Amino acid sequence: MKAAIIRFPGSNCDQDCEFVLKEQGFQTEFVWHKDTSAAGFDLIVLPGGFSYGDYLRCGAIARYSPIMKSVIEQAAQGVLVLGICNGFQILCESGLLPGALVRNRDLRFICEHVQLRVESTASPFLSGATVGSVLNIPIAHGEGNYVCDATTLAQLNAENRVLLRYEGVNPNGATENIAGICNAARNVFGLMPHPERACDSHLGSTDGRIIFQSILASLA
Amino acid sequence: MKAKVFVMPKQSILDPQGVAVRDAMRHHGMPGVKFVRVGKVIDLEVEGATEAQLHEIARDLLSNPVVEDYTIQLGA
Repeated sequence: MKAAIIRFPGSNCDQDCEFVLKEQGFQTEFVWHKDTSAAGFDLIVLPGGFSYGDYLRCGAIARYSPIMKSVIEQAAQGVLVLGICNGFQILCESGLLPGALVRNRDLRFICEHVQLRVESTASPFLSGATVGSVLNIPIAHGEGNYVCDATTLAQLNAENRVLLRYEGVNPNGATENIAGICNAARNVFGLMPHPERACDSHLGSTDGRIIFQSILASLA
Repeated sequence: MKAKVFVMPKQSILDPQGVAVRDAMRHHGMPGVKFVRVGKVIDLEVEGATEAQLHEIARDLLSNPVVEDYTIQLGA
């Protein structure tokens, strides 16, 4: 299985993603944001970081990177797209996912492990998990407060598209504790937590592996 | 063409920066402050663009319509 990791100026979780994907058995390739084709991959990862220094809004400028046109085309063709943290923000800015991520409720950058409840396993991203199980995965963001209008929220809930919610404590003020959502076709998934930072027992948790293992199993 | 684009958080979106500034103003001896919102102003000078194009760029890039509203002041 081939995974593309898109590198924007300011991406800083690209190598962590590469490490984990390779460990799980993916072939990986870094794709520069100025490239114009993201074709030929089974999975496209938009990693975390601070693309373009978070200028204007997080993800707002990355959305206009040349590569994003191709990412949007690939997503429309059913290729799996995973956006982590800044990658989630880019997916929202580019319209591949609804809503937006705004400043954390308490205005602080938060870097800590959180508990996430698996809300739906009906996607390639969490098909190996159990609904109601709780994952211990870290977050690291200043703008992770998910907001959307009431119609979108109702639609997300009705279509079971909220895949992960913060369990117990809501760290950033996100609407209905939303930590990760997918698109209607269920092949684009964005989440604020960093599963790639929870794949090695030395880092305190291996709960993030289930996402990469689910993707691999669904592509097999 | 010169223009200023004002981008403000939508009324329906909680603006935590505005709340923090409001609270600070109250602590600094202005207990009567009721409401503060923090937005941004973008100064532009553009050649060969129409007003419609300015609106397009303000809507698509300079603001995010999910959480922000914009207004354009021409010739500013």
